[in-house]
Amino acid sequence: MTQQPLVKISDLHVLFKGQKNVCAVNGLSLNLLPGQVLGILGESGSGKSVTLKALLRLLPAHKTEIRGLIEVLGRNVMSLNAADLASFRGGIASMIFQDPMLALDPVYTIGDQIAEVVTRHHGLKRRDAMAYALDMLKKVRIPSPERRLKAYPHEISGGMRQRAMIALALAGNPKLLLADEPTTALDASVQMQILLLLRELQKESGMGMIFVTHDIGVAVEICDVVAVMYAGQIVETGTIRDIVKDPKHPYTKGLLAANLHGAERGKRLETIPGSPPLLESAPTSCSFAPRCAYTQAVCRLKAPEAVTISKNITVRCILETNMNS
Amino acid sequence: MSEDTSTRRTHMADAPLLEVREITKFFPIKSGLFGRATNSVRAVDGISFNVLRRETLGIVGESGCGKSTTARLIVDLISPDKGDILFDARRLGTDLTLNELRRNVQMVFQDSYASLNPRLTIEDTIAFGPIIHGVPREYARRLAWELLSKVGLDPKRFAGRYPHEISGGQRQRVNIARALAVKPQIIILDESVSALDKSVEAQVLNLLLDLKKELDLTYIFISHDLNVVKFMADRVIVMYLGEIVEVGPVESIYAETAHPYSRSLLASMPSMDPDHRSEHVALAGDPPNPIIPPSGCRFHPRCPIAIPKCKTEKPLLHIQKTRGHLAACHLTAQQQETF
Amino acid sequence: MIEQKTIPLDEYTRSPSYWAIVLRRFSRDKVAMFALAIIILLFLVAVFAPYIAPADPLKGSMLRRLRPIGTPGLPLGADELGRDMLSRLIYGARLSLFMGITPVAIAFVIGSSIGIAAGYLGGLFNSLTMRTNDIFYAFPSVLLAIALSGALGAGVTSGLLSLTIVFIPPIARVAESVTTQVRKLDYVEAAKASGANNFTIIRVHVLGNVLGPIFVYSTSLISVSMILAAGLSFLGLGVKPPEPEWGLMLNTLRNAIYVQPWLAALPGVMIFMTSIAFNLVSDGLRSAMDIKS
Repeated sequence: MTQQPLVKISDLHVLFKGQKNVCAVNGLSLNLLPGQVLGILGESGSGKSVTLKALLRLLPAHKTEIRGLIEVLGRNVMSLNAADLASFRGGIASMIFQDPMLALDPVYTIGDQIAEVVTRHHGLKRRDAMAYALDMLKKVRIPSPERRLKAYPHEISGGMRQRAMIALALAGNPKLLLADEPTTALDASVQMQILLLLRELQKESGMGMIFVTHDIGVAVEICDVVAVMYAGQIVETGTIRDIVKDPKHPYTKGLLAANLHGAERGKRLETIPGSPPLLESAPTSCSFAPRCAYTQAVCRLKAPEAVTISKNITVRCILETNMNS
Repeated sequence: MSEDTSTRRTHMADAPLLEVREITKFFPIKSGLFGRATNSVRAVDGISFNVLRRETLGIVGESGCGKSTTARLIVDLISPDKGDILFDARRLGTDLTLNELRRNVQMVFQDSYASLNPRLTIEDTIAFGPIIHGVPREYARRLAWELLSKVGLDPKRFAGRYPHEISGGQRQRVNIARALAVKPQIIILDESVSALDKSVEAQVLNLLLDLKKELDLTYIFISHDLNVVKFMADRVIVMYLGEIVEVGPVESIYAETAHPYSRSLLASMPSMDPDHRSEHVALAGDPPNPIIPPSGCRFHPRCPIAIPKCKTEKPLLHIQKTRGHLAACHLTAQQQETF
Repeated sequence: MIEQKTIPLDEYTRSPSYWAIVLRRFSRDKVAMFALAIIILLFLVAVFAPYIAPADPLKGSMLRRLRPIGTPGLPLGADELGRDMLSRLIYGARLSLFMGITPVAIAFVIGSSIGIAAGYLGGLFNSLTMRTNDIFYAFPSVLLAIALSGALGAGVTSGLLSLTIVFIPPIARVAESVTTQVRKLDYVEAAKASGANNFTIIRVHVLGNVLGPIFVYSTSLISVSMILAAGLSFLGLGVKPPEPEWGLMLNTLRNAIYVQPWLAALPGVMIFMTSIAFNLVSDGLRSAMDIKS
């Protein structure tokens, strides 16, 4: 009855070593079912992008220490060899980024780049691969796709580049799409176009998607479930409806208030004071306690356990622990 | 400082503090060995507006609409091709020097890191403006300390630090303190909170509200985020491809939106309601090329309700229902005529 | 208002300055510190040459011509005129270091000034200076140095002058590009918006941020300068015999390469070692200055 999860991460720790250590991810666990869209919501430094990169094993090996389990379709990502990793990236899981200018190679045409992926993952000949690339461009609704096939990344507009990057990511028919703030740098109107496109493509192919964003508004538009991250941990998980309408964790509440949606003009906002911890060492107590309005003595002593409130909602906060015991 | 505020109050309350008249800037596109201009980007194309004393004027629009160029034109960081800037009814270049203007109109940029000199301590950065205006060094330093506590940073902890050692939100507070250091009347906030995390953004917005009240400031608040502008602004200007398409009090801009472009922009905002997600694209395509802008109304190729006239004839700003609400659209103009 | 609220200005956290951090990082770089030690040692040797050198570097003896390394009384042998090699190498450090560093130092001052002015002012001034600068780029530096030296005649001064001219264009080019980048940054705009004049902006906001990279680049030119100076001497265009200078020594010993190859190679080893040391120090500085928090 229980579906095999598409992605299963349990107790993931990521430590960046350097002159100063940074404990970027501290005991993160999450499951993603096939066809589900999971949003990871968090501010800069919360470890949301690092989690995505760990999933694709994109973190530099010599500077990072990764502990924990990452499974995609039941396969341990951490133990893939070089050849398996190459077919895993792009073939099973692929990624889209915030800045397509950096993700696309400036010296090859859009068509060449997509065709290259197609050749690698589907073993097609160049001519067929180009035809496939054209289909991909049509799929992401790039206007006059024949012309864009021969265009270089700098020759097309920002919104179109983002579409081209999506086409590139989807060319290998992945089961899992990882999106790292793909709409943050775009204008509002283009952002909505891309979100609608992603929603449609996801529905069509049934792929799973993890969408990292700092913007609740964007998460609302695209996610089924949301995991709110703070200081390298998930502090609350729930359906997007639960998170927006009935947030439990004080941090989630603060984030929602800061969104300004429905804020009264010119009236001071309820804010979360202070700034996130530097994470030079792994947290041993609640990381949010120094900024929280409901801090109790316990919060500074030990880290709160994740409490499952209902089928979908999990919260890591002492208030919920107390309420449910 | 107390002297300043008292002289300020003697002015008429509704006279514009800053007037921008028919300001135009085309950036030549250079090519070849000696950079001959072959074409130009029409960044700002003959726009005029007033900024009233103690108001917050929001400027919104997509990238490339000319909002940041407008900000830089106001303080002459870019020299305009045409047009006038008047501060306090004095025209820049005749009865107002650039230095006077710049002391009264300060800017806070988007990139909090790039706008601070990495080799200067925070107190030196803040004290720089006053010192070049002849304030003795020790006095300038005290001023810097006072401003730091005013923007919510403990001077004892922060004065001697360097920009790379503090967070983005703290850096933006320093930038605000630096802008305040020369005691300006207007602060131009050019996407100043856009790069910040939401929770930090809220803190900085609160600070801006407090400072405005305390120091009697006037803001020009430039942003692409319509939520933030709705929260901060008293009046809003909507720009498209270097032109003003709509201007008016914030309530009527958001509630009685007159221009189809402004309507599409508003419709592009995320719904924040999981049960009613946005279902269709409000505005298709990317903003067109400002090098060869469309004829007539510049919005007509993307406009859902364009009529033939829009292609040939450029609409002027017309008065709408609410006082002070203007929009440049042939269709709303026609409706007005039928009233 | 300000006088009423007096905040005590003492006792506050003051972070170490950028240069203090760079110095600390640099001092932790073992390779660079080793190279720096070599350079300092060479300087000491050059300064105290008369006290260290066992013999007169100019006094030869036909009887001791081309004695091999390790001959008693001649630890590094003797050259083609029977002069003590060790003493000549020690005295040679004086001219060689001088010829390596001086042109770069002068070119650093002139090139930075040109480049910073061009980068900051931009526009037509930039186009004119940088295009003129580019003309020098058309010639390989070795040829340019030889041509200039040839035109100016042999001698230390003309060698110095021609090397300086050779190094001005590359330094100006680097200075221009770094300055152009800094000029576009918001803090320079903010300083302008505060009402500061160009001179103040360059002094406070530009210099501190561009001199570092230009300096690092210039130190890397010292090794080039040493080699070029040696080259000029080798061709008979720089230092004139019998002055001890490594490049010149390499030249005069070249006939001995079949008879005493190790002896003939000694000046080359010195040039090589010194230029590597300067390059390593320059690399160390570069990475020490690259502070990304």
